[in-house]
Amino acid sequence: MALTLFEKLWQQHLVCELEGGASLIYIDRVFLHERTGSIALKSLQADNRQVINPQQVFCTMDHIVDTFPGRTDKTLMPSGEDFIKATREASIDAGINLIDLNDPRQGIVHVISPEQGIVQPGATLVCPDSHTCSQGALGALAWGIGSSEAEHAMATQTLRVAKPKTMRIRFEGQLNPGVFAKDMILHLIGKYSAAGGAGYAIEFAGTAVQALDIEARLTLCNMAVEFSAFTGLIAPDEKTIEYLQGRPFAPSGEHWQKAVAHWQTLFSDKQAIFDKDIRVDCCDILPTVTWGTSPQHTCNVNGVIPNAEQGQDDNQINAMQQALEYMGLRPGIAIDSLPIDCAFIGSCTNSRLSDLRIAATVLAGRKVAAGVKAICVPGSTQVKKAAEQEGLDKIFIQAGFEWRESGCSMCFNAGGESFGFQQRVVSTTNRNFESRQGPQTRSHLASPATVAASAIAGRIADPREFL
Amino acid sequence: MDKLQIHQGVAVPLIRENIDTDAIIPSREMKRVSKLGLGEGLFAGWRYTLPGGREPNPEFALNKPEYANCSIILAGANFGCGSSREHAVWALKEFGIRIIIAPGFGSIFYNNCIRNGVLPLVLAERDINALANSTCQDPQQNQLTVDLLQKVVVDPGGLRYSFDIDDAQRRMLLEGLDAIALTLKLADKIADFQQARQGSHPWLFLS
Ligand code: SF4
Repeated sequence: MALTLFEKLWQQHLVCELEGGASLIYIDRVFLHERTGSIALKSLQADNRQVINPQQVFCTMDHIVDTFPGRTDKTLMPSGEDFIKATREASIDAGINLIDLNDPRQGIVHVISPEQGIVQPGATLVCPDSHTCSQGALGALAWGIGSSEAEHAMATQTLRVAKPKTMRIRFEGQLNPGVFAKDMILHLIGKYSAAGGAGYAIEFAGTAVQALDIEARLTLCNMAVEFSAFTGLIAPDEKTIEYLQGRPFAPSGEHWQKAVAHWQTLFSDKQAIFDKDIRVDCCDILPTVTWGTSPQHTCNVNGVIPNAEQGQDDNQINAMQQALEYMGLRPGIAIDSLPIDCAFIGSCTNSRLSDLRIAATVLAGRKVAAGVKAICVPGSTQVKKAAEQEGLDKIFIQAGFEWRESGCSMCFNAGGESFGFQQRVVSTTNRNFESRQGPQTRSHLASPATVAASAIAGRIADPREFL
Repeated sequence: MDKLQIHQGVAVPLIRENIDTDAIIPSREMKRVSKLGLGEGLFAGWRYTLPGGREPNPEFALNKPEYANCSIILAGANFGCGSSREHAVWALKEFGIRIIIAPGFGSIFYNNCIRNGVLPLVLAERDINALANSTCQDPQQNQLTVDLLQKVVVDPGGLRYSFDIDDAQRRMLLEGLDAIALTLKLADKIADFQQARQGSHPWLFLS
């Protein structure tokens, strides 16, 4: 029978069917971080339960760590240090792989997992973090869970999961100039709504997806959860294999050939049927920015703020009105006329080397507009080092950006550092929710090129004018 | 875990689509490595006048006396989308919420509810609007009854709305089961599976 890639991965991990419709799925890798993992480990300990395969469990410090140079366990978040210390202690007790604050491999979980070769095609990987779907970019079945489910995965090496439906989204054609993976996913969510993928495991396919490098594929899959999908997934290909070769946790020696042979079987069969199939023509995609407080509130960088009356029903109109009010916007104004207070380049969406390179192309020889606070936070310590070797740090710093240590930083507000009250931020992150980047902060999501261009212009700006 | 079978309570309408887990519990309210002490931070950004403050915003539904002791939320589409933080459910539960009725939920949030004895109940938007109408006049008197045994919501006038839920999840809630304990009963099966996988995919097993 012809199978989709998702169905192959599902079958290969199916331990047994459970009463009532769920399936028991074998988990190859668990990843934790100090924000939610610490609770899972502590709670397991309190219940006297063991992590059965500690060597398959990884933990990083990324969410609330300080990103200022010369950092220690202390953070600006009250009690942040407690989370870090508790996670360290519990990780050591459980005997799992800890990637600690000063480890050269440290970084944001979804950046370092591929970077270290921890996630691999055909594996299942879960993490108590919603953006775990990013890692599906390598052909793994990776999804976000809660802390209780993380306990379940560590104590049993399985999860009870209701099988999602399958959806394929084919991005066909060539991307327009100044358009990147971030614009593709924002465009998709804008068109099909933030709930458009609810109940589905999504495979991204089509010529434009094949043309993306692995880092851009990670960006695309990263926001599958913003589309409410169970996860996002891309069939592994030569680029995936090349990307993984030689990475610390990737297979080596005689295992390498075997693994590659297996990975080459991981694709959707030609005749396979998806529950839903969507085609997006890439010629329709322009640089995209969000105007509101849901990732579905998008418009082209040359577009205007919509009228709430355009909503499809009362609830949507209501939500749009509240978003306009929260964001301090009126319908009809051009989004590229909006002055910004801050620019942020970072997060598991867009903080990899290729993201920093694109931003640097825009920033080189230019200056951030007066009064704009601009911050760049590389996604991992390795990305930071690699960028410094290329001299990207100098370009950022000379342009007027702060250059930080790696971590989630101001992708979200943990109660410490924050963009101020009603500050307008253009950001490469994935969530523009109310107060996500600080109390009452107004976030506009965009690609690294658009954020860099906006930082220079002092208003939301079209990257094509700067590339 | 607490069982949930038949529940009667005050319903509060928070009908707006895409209420995310950052709104349910802002990250800055997750102050300790603990599942406890989160109820106070529930909807903090809306519930209090200032960030980090504790002065109630009288406009917000949960602060209105008519919704005192509410245990059921009537919500808009995609409730609980966003961050996987289980703190959102811990906060709701500690506040006293046992049931959330929405046209759809964030999938991680949905599972987190089941794990914690909170029922995420799916009804069509127009039914939810009708329930809100039937309870909004004197919500303390006009309570809703949710019967998980019969899979039905009963409004104050006796109108019944049936709903669907996966059998396994229903049983978890009805009996207050601990998923880990249940799965550990299958430990032999899991061990066999793992051994076979180690043979066929040896590169995935680290030492
Ligand atoms: S960078 Fe942001 S979205 Fe990504 S894992 Fe960290 S907090 Fe979550």
